Amino acid sequence: MIEGILIGLSTALSLTNILMVMVGCFAGTIIGMLPGLGPMTAIALMIPITYGFDPSTGLILMAGVYYGAVFGGSTSSILLNAPGIPGTVATAFDGYPMAQQGKAGKALAIAAYSSFAGGTISAIFLLVAAPSLSKVSLAFRSPDYFALMILGLTAISAFSSKGQFLKAMMMVILGLMLATVGQDSLSDITRFTFNNMNLTDGISFVLIVMATFAMSEALTIIFRGKDPNRAAKQISLTELGSIKVNKEETIKMAKTIPRSSILGFLIGVLPGAGATIASFLAYGMERNYVNEEEKQKFGKGSVHGLSAPETANNAACSGSFVPLLTLGIPGSGTTAVMLGALLGFGIQPGPRLYQTNPEIFWSVIMSMYIGMVVLLILNLPLIPYIARILAVPRNYLIPLILFFSVTGIYLMSFNNFDIFLMIGIAVVATFLRLYDFPMPPLILAFVLGGLMEETLRRSLLISDGSPNFLWDRPITLIILLITLTIVGWQIFSTFRKKI
Amino acid sequence: MRISPTKFISLLFLVLSVFYLYTAYNIQVFAFDENAPFNARTFPIYLGWAGIILSSLKIILPEKVTTEVNHKHLDYKSIIYLIVISLIYAAVILKIGYFISTSLFLFASYYFLGERRWGLMFILSFPFVAAFMYLLHGLLNIYLRDPFLKYIGVMG
Repeated sequence: MIEGILIGLSTALSLTNILMVMVGCFAGTIIGMLPGLGPMTAIALMIPITYGFDPSTGLILMAGVYYGAVFGGSTSSILLNAPGIPGTVATAFDGYPMAQQGKAGKALAIAAYSSFAGGTISAIFLLVAAPSLSKVSLAFRSPDYFALMILGLTAISAFSSKGQFLKAMMMVILGLMLATVGQDSLSDITRFTFNNMNLTDGISFVLIVMATFAMSEALTIIFRGKDPNRAAKQISLTELGSIKVNKEETIKMAKTIPRSSILGFLIGVLPGAGATIASFLAYGMERNYVNEEEKQKFGKGSVHGLSAPETANNAACSGSFVPLLTLGIPGSGTTAVMLGALLGFGIQPGPRLYQTNPEIFWSVIMSMYIGMVVLLILNLPLIPYIARILAVPRNYLIPLILFFSVTGIYLMSFNNFDIFLMIGIAVVATFLRLYDFPMPPLILAFVLGGLMEETLRRSLLISDGSPNFLWDRPITLIILLITLTIVGWQIFSTFRKKI
Repeated sequence: MRISPTKFISLLFLVLSVFYLYTAYNIQVFAFDENAPFNARTFPIYLGWAGIILSSLKIILPEKVTTEVNHKHLDYKSIIYLIVISLIYAAVILKIGYFISTSLFLFASYYFLGERRWGLMFILSFPFVAAFMYLLHGLLNIYLRDPFLKYIGVMG
């Protein structure tokens, strides 16, 4: 492991990569800060930039953007009560009241220290857990992978659908259907191309991400008349108060951070869960842990109430890399985007990544530490200035997002069919979003589609067409039972509400 | 009978799934693959059936949570303008080149979204695109096809 850490450090500490982490954290903070635009959009917008880099550098840039966007989301939660991403909704519960009391700077500092601590502690867990899990996951066979993908897709549908499980599952199927367009990987038979040569190679992952996230988010902001900056006028972005945290507040944070980090990391590892669930659970858990006097302060500017979700959401970000790096199966929409980018670089994450591309495996982990440090020492003092980005009018913001989306596709193919297709998919996605059809399950399904078909093919060929492969191996059976439990729970909760 | 928008979307999804399934059954596979445990049709057929089942359930089952959208608050005019501009942009990008088409797209988008500060609109279109192209093409060495700039000798 020491050797791996050194490899990772030597890669991550090269001048280019340090610069990329800094650029990533900075750009991520700015994009994540804008309400409506989250880490997935931020990463999607960065994909065209990464074309010119080697895989490690590209991935380091994206990891920096991811952390920066989560941090930026907290900033808009605290300053505007307008969370940039769902994972920072719980941050607003106590962060915004604190800002209203004239302690916005302090709230931002507590959020930054908690994020740093949560991210760093969970990166240590990742350092220990990922190599061990990589070895364990070598024992996984095709049926296990197939079952694991079913579990991931079911879990993300259950957790990201705001109680509308069926809608999310329909998005999963739509994502899988889109993934089947083009040549079949084994037989080279073209499917669903309708004799259009442009579809022979299938629909590009970047196109789907740009259409369903970057472009459709921009269109949704315009469509709903949502001005991401309208709330910015409510609070002075230049007088945020002191960013110093006193001894009493530090002690409170020190108690909250370890337990929220562990919880956040474990939730992040679970497929489909992630920062949102981790932050809410950490908030609830912290409320149960503190004494009665502190409990009364929750919702009114409690340090515990702010520190817990911030720690947990960053810890969950690191945790979500575990299934991506060890199994090659992303646990969240954001890591699905990163998987797609990795596949674009010609790298297949999974148990063998640890052996075949150790520099990528370790440099991503080590860049997380560097990212955390950058966020703390670079972004925190700059917050009063970065916060002014919230004043960028949407008249400029939206066209620039559309411009980056189109450029990303143009760079990829120099083909206007792809741009037309992207616009079409973005328009459909905008209407689907309007009626709460979630997009992360679609992205995850699209990314996993090819691998899922491949593992199903192998499983069925091994079992000679029999469905026995679903229960022949204990691991497969256990994973499928967990999946059925999630489905059963969704059905139960549906009927319970009706009763 | 009034059908909710969510159920209408589910109905459209049902139609899509039926069409997808029909197309899946018609995928031409090799003769020796016809009776194999898995061929190019298998996975799409499963997906088609899954789509039909899920969308049917969504249509049949009563809605637990209804999504209400107030159409009066939706800005149809701006979004139609933006989509039309984007389509024109997509149509002309290969003909007139990246630089001019992108700059004009940005300028027109700012205008249709209500911006009237001409100087700022200009800076954030033509010089901005030029700087971005320099970043990609000049610094990051990412090839950016622009027949027009190539023709006038600005790009190699």
